[in-house]
Amino acid sequence: MIPELGNFALALACCLAAAQAVLLLLGAERRDARLMAMAPGLAFGQLIAIATSFAALAWSNAISDFSVQNVAAFSQSQAPLFYKLTGTWGNHDGSILLWCLVLAICGATVGAFGANLPATLRARVIGVMGAVAAGFLLFALTASNPFTRLSPPPMQGQGMNPLLQDPALAIHPPILYLGYVGFSVPFAFAIAALLERRVDAAWGRWVRPWALTSWCFLTCGIALGSWWAYYDLGWGGFWFWDPVENSSLLPWLTGTALLHSAIVVEKRESLKVWSVLLAIVTFSLSLSGTFLTRSGILNSVHAFAVAPTRGLFILALLGLVIVPSLLLFAFRAPILAPAGLFAPVSREGAIVLNNILLCSIAAVVFTGTLYPPFAALVAGEQLSVGAPFFNSTVLPLAIPLVLAMSLGPTLSWKRAALFPALLRLWWVALAAAAVGIIVALGWHGLAALGFAGSTWLILGAIRDIAARVRLFRLPLSESLSRLAGVPLGAIGAAIAHAGLGVTIAGISGMTFAAQRVVFLHPGQATDFAGYHWALTALDHVPGPDFNAEVATLPASRDGRIVAVLHPADHTFPVQGTDVTDTAIRTNLVVDLYTALGAVHDGGAEVRLRYDPLAPWIWLGALVMAAGGGLSLADRRLRVGAPARRPSLPSPPGGGRRPARAAG
Amino acid sequence: MERLAIRRRPLLLLPLAVVVVAGVGFVELLQQAKEGRYNPHKVPNLLVGHPVPAFTTGPAPPGTGFSAADFQHLSHPVLVNFFASWCLPCHAEAPLLTELKDHGVAIWGIDYSDSKAAFHGFLAADGNPFTRLGDDPNGAAAVAWGISGVPESFLVDREGIIRWHLGGPLSPPVVADTLMPLLHKFA
Repeated sequence: MIPELGNFALALACCLAAAQAVLLLLGAERRDARLMAMAPGLAFGQLIAIATSFAALAWSNAISDFSVQNVAAFSQSQAPLFYKLTGTWGNHDGSILLWCLVLAICGATVGAFGANLPATLRARVIGVMGAVAAGFLLFALTASNPFTRLSPPPMQGQGMNPLLQDPALAIHPPILYLGYVGFSVPFAFAIAALLERRVDAAWGRWVRPWALTSWCFLTCGIALGSWWAYYDLGWGGFWFWDPVENSSLLPWLTGTALLHSAIVVEKRESLKVWSVLLAIVTFSLSLSGTFLTRSGILNSVHAFAVAPTRGLFILALLGLVIVPSLLLFAFRAPILAPAGLFAPVSREGAIVLNNILLCSIAAVVFTGTLYPPFAALVAGEQLSVGAPFFNSTVLPLAIPLVLAMSLGPTLSWKRAALFPALLRLWWVALAAAAVGIIVALGWHGLAALGFAGSTWLILGAIRDIAARVRLFRLPLSESLSRLAGVPLGAIGAAIAHAGLGVTIAGISGMTFAAQRVVFLHPGQATDFAGYHWALTALDHVPGPDFNAEVATLPASRDGRIVAVLHPADHTFPVQGTDVTDTAIRTNLVVDLYTALGAVHDGGAEVRLRYDPLAPWIWLGALVMAAGGGLSLADRRLRVGAPARRPSLPSPPGGGRRPARAAG
Repeated sequence: MERLAIRRRPLLLLPLAVVVVAGVGFVELLQQAKEGRYNPHKVPNLLVGHPVPAFTTGPAPPGTGFSAADFQHLSHPVLVNFFASWCLPCHAEAPLLTELKDHGVAIWGIDYSDSKAAFHGFLAADGNPFTRLGDDPNGAAAVAWGISGVPESFLVDREGIIRWHLGGPLSPPVVADTLMPLLHKFA
């Protein structure tokens, strides 16, 4: 009964989404206020329907209703309730439903907060989101329906992928999807603007909070995935340039570019065509990232089964979203004439440079990811593009990007002088150079570059805020009182830039990581990286759906126990797989990392790692996201802030102006 | 303004063109995958049935390197394994290689396009399953063997003829169903 209710709610959501698309787009075209006024209602209706459907699937998972094929294939009754629930989106069909749910949440949020948007724009934005939702809901209903029943139902499910039974990986998809799908709002704004034939400063102000929110979630989602790879896979690596990882990095790169170019649209009414294109491209990459990886066509360690039929279906759906958008862009973009002019050396110029570099990195990663399958297609030979390609191509582009990141905020809008700006950064440059030289002399060339870049970014961010409060030029108390007046957006930007510096420091620190593999019997010990590691016990512990070998490994320094680590090896009998459970002790500066290898003859192979600064990689990402979140709180970014400028007349030859219908 | 707009249109169609080309390529790939002609995980090699190509590798401590000459007068078949520390599947494959070594299989590893430090990290993290080790810093040996990525494995019989090839990591079923019978056949 519950699954049927879910199926019905899914069908209802699909109909509502289709109505949302047709009625609102038609209403906006005809300036029909009654049709356009339906926007929030339809968006909320769709959300309620999908939420019901999703709850039905979660319920079926929670009570282990194995008559539902999806539950029988990917769950089992002994799994803990938490993983039963998170298992709802741990498979293809369920994750599509989650994707649609997040899209509906975004649509409803636009409906809720969009009261001060022009009625036609709001109707078009929500209408475009409805059109996208209708396509994917139709896909969920027909090609990957999670509510298909099995008769007779099996006694036990086929079990959950043990790798997914991990807290970080369980919450990874929803956060990543909030990021991916969040970019549907800037996308819908871009399409709506092309339909309206106008992009103005207000457009930039409306798009920016959405792009920023999605960007924060995407940053967290990518960091979470990388952290999982670090602690779960047990090899100490954190980024492998795997196609699945790259496909989440691509929208992040173009999304970061959009975040910055939208500022120029808002402040200077420039870069309009470019920002609209970035909004379309970012969502297109998000879509491809979510779905093409699932077709199994990219050779990845994240093994998705090769499913050509499903892949073709998804491809057709992607084509239906992306091709008309880019066609509309090609025909309407020339209408969007820039209003503000600026000199190459200016804040705008720095943001253009940032955009060029970010998009170049995205192009390189895109090429490297798609080259192997396309080489197979064109030349008929298989090859793989590995980390050396990405490292050697991304690094030369990342260096000027990092340099510009501290320089950009010192430049003024419209026109700036480069030399005084460089002078303002003299002590930052000196400190970065000093750090670089010390590291280069003492240890490692590449790490020196990383630490210098990280110093440059962090001190550059501090300098930016210090200059705004005129630190040390005014009495300290006055500087502090000025801090309250600094816009939150500026503080957020400085924090986000510093966050990247923290991440770069973490990545550079990993060059000093040390590792050792030893075979120990209980009672034996080894000295490594300045610590004394003893294996005191090796216990057999049965769990709910697995058997575990758990080691007790106290690590001590100068005779004092610093940490007691419990690396484990889990065997899942239902699935017949082994999962290593690493134990990591961190003090946020250094990670002591242990993993259990083969257990035999009463002893165990123990892998020990000493990873200096490793936690900073993910801490930096959190700082970046926090900076983004702080910017969101800036009242200038809130839609409807009093600073809103009167809308400018559309440029000559720019077609008709949309009438502001009452809504 | 209108003239400018028309002049700029071809460039604005560029993103669409990229998407269409990529889309057509994906459709073709999926079509081929459907008909079983394309498998992203299967990599063919033309050397199977032929003698080991002329190549040489440098020392990779603790290994001293080896070359084509070392494949003459073998007393047992050799599994040649191309790997790199930056390659995720190579790490995944390492425990299986160690298991094969424990069964007495001779595994000759060629470290492809790697840094010394990272290579030692690999051995420290995953152990050393290799009987002999060679360094291929500029990929010359990789070109000679016609590999397209790492990891790739070749089985060379006692006469120095390449008998079997696998592009991608070894897996327990492949070892049990294919590699072990071949090892017995050519032992």
